[in-house]
Amino acid sequence: MTIVEAARPQPMRLVDHFELGLDAPICLTWELTYACNLSCIHCLSSSGRRDPRELTTEECKSVIDELQRMQVFYVNIGGGEPTVRSDFWELVDYATSHDVGVKFSTNGVKITPEVARMLAANDYVDVQISLDGATPEVNDHIRGPRSYETALRAMQNLSDAGMTNFKLSVVCTHQNIPQLDDFKAIADRYGAQLRLTRLRPSGRGADVWDELHPTKDQQRELYDWLVAHGEGVLTGDSFFHLSAYGQALPGLGLCGAGRVVCLIDPVGDVYACPFAIHDQFLAGNVRMPGGFAEVWKSSELFARLRSPQSGGACSSCQFYDTCKGGCMAAKFFTGLPLDGPDPECVQGYGEELLKNRTDRVESLPKASTDHSHLTSPPRPRSGMGPVRLTLRRREDFDAPPVSACAEDPLAGFAPSREGADGRIQGGTAADPR
Amino acid sequence: MAGIDPGSAWRLHPQVSVRPEPFGALLYHFGTRRLSFLKDRTLLRVVQGLQDATDARAACAAAGVSDDHLPVYLRALGTLAESSMIVERPAGDHGAEHAA
Repeated sequence: MTIVEAARPQPMRLVDHFELGLDAPICLTWELTYACNLSCIHCLSSSGRRDPRELTTEECKSVIDELQRMQVFYVNIGGGEPTVRSDFWELVDYATSHDVGVKFSTNGVKITPEVARMLAANDYVDVQISLDGATPEVNDHIRGPRSYETALRAMQNLSDAGMTNFKLSVVCTHQNIPQLDDFKAIADRYGAQLRLTRLRPSGRGADVWDELHPTKDQQRELYDWLVAHGEGVLTGDSFFHLSAYGQALPGLGLCGAGRVVCLIDPVGDVYACPFAIHDQFLAGNVRMPGGFAEVWKSSELFARLRSPQSGGACSSCQFYDTCKGGCMAAKFFTGLPLDGPDPECVQGYGEELLKNRTDRVESLPKASTDHSHLTSPPRPRSGMGPVRLTLRRREDFDAPPVSACAEDPLAGFAPSREGADGRIQGGTAADPR
Repeated sequence: MAGIDPGSAWRLHPQVSVRPEPFGALLYHFGTRRLSFLKDRTLLRVVQGLQDATDARAACAAAGVSDDHLPVYLRALGTLAESSMIVERPAGDHGAEHAA
């Protein structure tokens, strides 16, 4: 991102404009399906099973038409695993031929050599392969068995097809922050660009946030690493809360929810941001009259998010201007007030609040939808449980029952069941001893 | 970044899309996938006028940039050239894109 200005004094800084919202989002996250072949433990959309109400191909195309009219330059398509939709490639072609660029996130399951060649030939498509560990041990713990192998095979296929500068996308966790250099090396090996994003306590991420989120020292390590690598590493602007350590990180440096970004979910619901799938952040649905454009322009929720925000408890902090209070979704799903510090506030104010939080874990807000697979990862079930069966022989039969139609001359003949050693003998009735 | 030569001729990169905004404009390059923000409506008019102007100086003048401010706008155009948002074209060849 570059900001180009002529040097005359401006009445407003660019971020001030963004805080008031734009006529159309700069980019938009669109989750095409809740279906997924994986069950990542930190999935922010709690994906797994398809929702029967998901937008049809025609409905998706009319959303793309709207995005074209609004001049939304590109959409970040995700899910679920978007490539498992049978119309996925058709929708990608439709978007890119209607001036809407596509960047899609995938675990790589469908990126065959043929698909990779097709993608490499389309300038308007960018691919983001998700990997959350630089080794199979770290990755597969989060993303499931053999998902490391799948991702690396996909990257190999893209690289072989001549696709350059696709993205290797990593959610930074307690377990993988020591591997940042290794991720960079993997990205370099395949000619990809590394993209690091923040773990949010959203969706299933809420269940594992305590285990996976980086420690305070690791946050500092990550910040220093990001500063050292500058614009060469992408972050989707997700670490602006770390800017309070000192030098601001590249990016807009503000929460874009409802102002410059939003989410369209698989059933057409429009949320303020991809990390806030909760009724409180639901702005409308693309199936409503006026469609997406109307939701973006007229939603009461978005109007509220675009109005000047008070810094609340943070307004007296000298770093408020750089961190802007951090991530709304992270605060919401950890039960912290929205006008207070981020749970990972680098000054430690969030940690303090979390410690003194009186809410019990069960009473924290939960995502509005859950499409997790019912079988994987295993979870306790309600009900009577499995039916217990014992397989054994009926004592009152020496041989299988004889049908009235049996014509075999030996039908009904039962050889002695006792052998010389007293054990039951095997063999058939036609094998008399 | 040094400014571009006022006598050179430029146009938008064919893969760049421009979206006017109250504060100026958003530019998106589909090839490099980079976003640029123009923080100024005048700069937007300069960029939009590049194609049909004889040279950069003429594009600035047509957008109402005074001579005092010219170096500032040439520097801004230099930044856009650096990220391939605008590309140089042969002087006097401004009809080429429309004819193609």
